[in-house]
Amino acid sequence: MTKKQKRWRNRIIVALIIFAAIFTGELTGAIEHAFGEKDALYVEFALFLIPYLIAGYDVLAEAGRNILKGHGLDENFLMSVATIGAFALVFFPDSGPHTAEGAAVMLFYQVGELFQSYAVGKSRQSISDMMDIMPEFANVMRNGQLVQVDPNDVAVGDEIIVKPGERVPLDGTVIAGRSQLDTSALTGESVPRSAHPGEEVISGCINLNDTLTVRVTKPYEDSTVSRILELVENAADKKAQTESFITRFARYYTPIVVGLAAMIAILPPLLGAGPWADWVLRGLTFLVVSCPCALVISVPLSFFGGIGGASKLGILIKGSNYLEALSQVDTVVFDKTGTLTSGTFEVTTVAPSASVSSEQLLQWAAAAEAFSTHPIAQSISRACAAPIDAAKITESSDIPGQGVRVCYEDDVILAGNGRLMDENGIPYTPSDFVGTQVHVAVNGQFAGTVVIGDVVKPDAKEAVSALYRAGVRTTVMLTGDQTSVANAVAADLGIAEVRAELLPHEKVEQVEALLEHDGAGKVAFVGDGINDAPVLMRADVGIAMGAMGSDAAIEAADIVLMDDRPTQIARAIKVAHKTMRIVWQNIVFALGIKFAVLILAALGIANMWMAVFADVGVAVIAILNAMRAMRTKGL
Amino acid sequence: MKRSYKLQDLDCANCASKMECDIQKLPGVDSARISFMTSKLTIEADADEFDRLLDEAQSICSRYEKDCVILH
Repeated sequence: MTKKQKRWRNRIIVALIIFAAIFTGELTGAIEHAFGEKDALYVEFALFLIPYLIAGYDVLAEAGRNILKGHGLDENFLMSVATIGAFALVFFPDSGPHTAEGAAVMLFYQVGELFQSYAVGKSRQSISDMMDIMPEFANVMRNGQLVQVDPNDVAVGDEIIVKPGERVPLDGTVIAGRSQLDTSALTGESVPRSAHPGEEVISGCINLNDTLTVRVTKPYEDSTVSRILELVENAADKKAQTESFITRFARYYTPIVVGLAAMIAILPPLLGAGPWADWVLRGLTFLVVSCPCALVISVPLSFFGGIGGASKLGILIKGSNYLEALSQVDTVVFDKTGTLTSGTFEVTTVAPSASVSSEQLLQWAAAAEAFSTHPIAQSISRACAAPIDAAKITESSDIPGQGVRVCYEDDVILAGNGRLMDENGIPYTPSDFVGTQVHVAVNGQFAGTVVIGDVVKPDAKEAVSALYRAGVRTTVMLTGDQTSVANAVAADLGIAEVRAELLPHEKVEQVEALLEHDGAGKVAFVGDGINDAPVLMRADVGIAMGAMGSDAAIEAADIVLMDDRPTQIARAIKVAHKTMRIVWQNIVFALGIKFAVLILAALGIANMWMAVFADVGVAVIAILNAMRAMRTKGL
Repeated sequence: MKRSYKLQDLDCANCASKMECDIQKLPGVDSARISFMTSKLTIEADADEFDRLLDEAQSICSRYEKDCVILH
């Protein structure tokens, strides 16, 4: 609690005690007994004024100030009119006593306001704790001494020292030291990453084991941590439709309810429908319910909580509007490479012919490709356990469009496609594995086939089924790859539709077709952000993944997944569903109670006690409910 | 240029949206945003206008919430 809140609390406690004492006096008849029936009313009036003024003098003062300045219709003003009105009813000869109600409404209004202020402070605090990835200092060598400086003062090219337990303050490249980095605050991924010389490190990670020396590659304001914070804080600027609706609603709600209150208080008694006191009281009850605060606070708070909770999982959402759109997604379009597959070529199958071992086949293939820099050749040498001694390669030639021919340890090795085998009259058995096939022949004898493919990410299959469980109706995969490869991957993962052999601009056309075709649900596109920025921007919701450090992706996407696990997509959708559920619960609950109390008040059934609950009670409950949006752990 | 300021004792969300609305209407302000959750005011305007604008923004804020102070 802040100082202001503590003073506020103490004042309310004092007022409550006094109020309770007087209220007991009224109920037990002690006051009536002491002063007689006729005077008791005025004595009570005077007594209840004490707790009323202690609790609410600031509200009254504020209301007075506002009237003088010509800004009416704020909460303070409405509350003051309602409570003063309740006290004033004592002067209507034919009404029952309402002074206790007047004092109680002010008291509970203040209790609610205090609680509201406390709850808002608490949730602000937990949101800022959640985003506590801001590095406070950087260690720099200055004049032979290690000093702590503001990360803002470190220039690109400077060397910084990151000790174990410290946060990496700026993006950079490791030049000395080996350590593990905890990236969980950024990505939600709990497995630490290793950091070696030559590797990039990202600000916001925590260094775990050993001191690292890092050469800074980006100024602080462009470093990952600043960009993330900026992105999440600015997220509040892009308001969801539901949010703008509430803001617009709030603008009309108060004047309309106040207008109705005036009509109820004046018209029926003028038309002779009953005593003034009764109708005025009903009108005053209206005033108590006329503040839309429950909605105005809880709806943005839910969205903000959802965005904050998602960022804790390594999912950055650029605005409430995208969170809302994400909850309506029914079609998820994937780019294959880099999204569902890791985007690097790996040897997926080694199929030696009868008399050859797998190791031997890989060894020959690696020797044949030893001088090539092609990704396929490199993936073969990575897969080969024993390094190839280049000195043993005596002859090497490229055969364009077919493969290579080398002499290695007195063997003549041919490695390439089917045409190379055909040209040399070597009978071979094409394997039916999907991917790029490299056939190997040694001294004219077919030795087997090495298959190279893009490896599907380990959690890709789980990711797709999780999407269906999260309510996504259909999934589509777009790729520039061959149809056979694409179909195999899609079938393996359970993806419904495949569009293969697409040129980059055709991906945009495909997404546009889906956008037109699909009436109800929104279309989300997931890509790695490297060359699909136009598609990311075109889709209803553009999701870029594995975007740690990729500026282009962060720029183009609406939602950024910090690491490259595709299961994060379904988690993001679940966060969106949960947030929207909470938002609608609050809207329905708050409006439902308010309208119910308004109707009951108009009929003379609801009293001021109920009205004060409909105002502050509802606000507090809605805030507590909104704070649930921050909890995203189990999703 | 764009600058953002912390708002101290911003307690009422409805007031925040009214403040935002009024500050946006100040002459010289290109855009203004108040984020109730982060208690931040972001103003976009000409660099040499900020001194005047902040005074005016402060008086708008105090009008809706008397304790609310723009920290700068």
